[in-house]
Amino acid sequence: MKLRMLVLAAGLVSIPALVAAQQVAVPTSAAQPADEGLTGSVSDENEWQDLGIAIPAFPTNESVATAAEGGTTEALGRNVARVVFNDLKNNGLFKPVGPDQLPAVGFPQVSAPVFSTWRGRSAEMLVQGFVKANPDGRLTVGCYLYDVALGSELARQGYVVRPEEWRRAAHKCADMVYSRLSGESPFFDSKIAYIAETGPKDRRRKQLAIMDSDGANHRFITNGQATALTPRYSPDYSRIVYLSYLNGAPRIYVYNIGTGQQTLVTSSNNPTFAPRWSPDGKFILYSMAVAGNTDIYRVSVTGGPSTRLTDSPGIDVGGSYSPDGSKIVFESDRSGGQQLYVMNADGSNQKRISFFGGRAATPEWSPRGDQIAFTHMAGNFKIAVTDPYGKGMRTLTDSWQDEAPTWSPNGRIVQFFRTERGSGKTGIWQVDLTGRNERKLNTPVDGSDPAWGPVLP
Amino acid sequence: MSRPLLLVGLAAATLTLGACASKPKTLPPEPGTAATQTTQPPMQQNGPVPGSQADFLASVMSDTVLFDLDRYNIDASDQGILQSQAQWLGRYPNKSVTIEGHADERGTRDYNLALGERRANSAKNYLVSLGIDPSRVMVVSYGKERPVALGSDEESWARNRRAVTVTVN
Repeated sequence: MKLRMLVLAAGLVSIPALVAAQQVAVPTSAAQPADEGLTGSVSDENEWQDLGIAIPAFPTNESVATAAEGGTTEALGRNVARVVFNDLKNNGLFKPVGPDQLPAVGFPQVSAPVFSTWRGRSAEMLVQGFVKANPDGRLTVGCYLYDVALGSELARQGYVVRPEEWRRAAHKCADMVYSRLSGESPFFDSKIAYIAETGPKDRRRKQLAIMDSDGANHRFITNGQATALTPRYSPDYSRIVYLSYLNGAPRIYVYNIGTGQQTLVTSSNNPTFAPRWSPDGKFILYSMAVAGNTDIYRVSVTGGPSTRLTDSPGIDVGGSYSPDGSKIVFESDRSGGQQLYVMNADGSNQKRISFFGGRAATPEWSPRGDQIAFTHMAGNFKIAVTDPYGKGMRTLTDSWQDEAPTWSPNGRIVQFFRTERGSGKTGIWQVDLTGRNERKLNTPVDGSDPAWGPVLP
Repeated sequence: MSRPLLLVGLAAATLTLGACASKPKTLPPEPGTAATQTTQPPMQQNGPVPGSQADFLASVMSDTVLFDLDRYNIDASDQGILQSQAQWLGRYPNKSVTIEGHADERGTRDYNLALGERRANSAKNYLVSLGIDPSRVMVVSYGKERPVALGSDEESWARNRRAVTVTVN
């Protein structure tokens, strides 16, 4: 499979033209049956989370066959709206109502909504769009966000995608809605690498796998014959670094998704583990044990000699760059138990930042730079966040064993994995930065070690 | 704390430390297990092939040393076990071993890989201190990936914090 970036037409220019040609002031059929629809969800709060958003099926100008899911552009339009709806609903964002609970809209209405209809349904926001087959086989998906009360358009975008990439258009649409209404950066159009787990506790089969942020397009990368652990997507999604016991010993490999080839991160005979990318994708941090002592090293993606960044007699492991690449937060037991330390990217000025009681491990710097997520081990293993100076620590989860946080691309959601006491069964979960909306992701089998990549361009 | 009921057997006690002997070879009985331990008679006929993994298991006190939480030091009982392994290695100078380091499930993945590595190296270093050539002792860490005890309780975790010596042909 190719990870070719899709051609994204900034719809601000192209879509109005497409739609304007069709624009007709069509009066709505006022006889909308009062089905489920939007229920009274209007609250006194102005919080954007409480906005009711109607997302009817995206109509097409002409229903023709397409290779995308549904088989025709008409069926695809409904599927696109469902993906937008599920993106928002599953993440606890807004109060969306999807195409299966709403009447269909005609193609001409996409750019000229009948606001009175939607006011009657208590919708505060309206997402409409269309699907159109292009002569070259690709699809154009338009996405419009309207403020129903104001009766005005807030945003619009258009996307030109190959049929097999149709879900990306839906994610981009959900991202537009989310960003415009919340003021936050987008995150839906992104992917997750993780470890798929099956089998009994003492013979766990662990495979490298990838999926879209909503669990779609799931794919196993390795077959499980060698245990795979701790993957990380490169910032451009072209490669994945991960640990494999391929030849019997733990080593970090750089797997090229396009070619299916993989290379060792370093030719050393020592075990290497805990790989991480630099934000620009030019360097890989890894941990290496030499005669039992583990330190953190940096190597260029193109190879060459490694630079040793830590030299304490304790275990120094992991590491996560600040978004500007100037600092690294890592974990060390040099003071006894595992704690968090921050150092400059060249290894200088190492300072402990965690003084929370218990142990602190697996730090991950938020893409926004203002927070560090980590595993707090004090009785239970909990996901917690702190600022880069170790201040303002907050616990986001509390279960028997939650560990290994990874950030959504916009730094608003933390994913992690949860292990069940006794059975050892694992699952990927997420929680938002406020500690709300905790939920388990649907994966075909058990999952651990999630790593969320950036938003696709 | 319970120790794994491995086949300690009489054979181990009758071995001499030979050239490596620098420690007293009388080993105290394992606390707690002696009372329940049924003495396994050493296999008289059809014994294991000399130098094989089966021979190793039948000859040494144990193939496993255990560690306390987050620790990697070799204590007195570990020393006895490793001494018996060193004896076996002394008898079969062409044999090599791999020491597999493990951690319990109650730790984070990366750290446990490092900890397993540290434990395996501790055991290796002790064997080397007894005169075993370091090139004959490889180490590999499995972190928390390969528990031998499946419970989520102190007893299981204690059994999983281990370094296991496996012969290599």
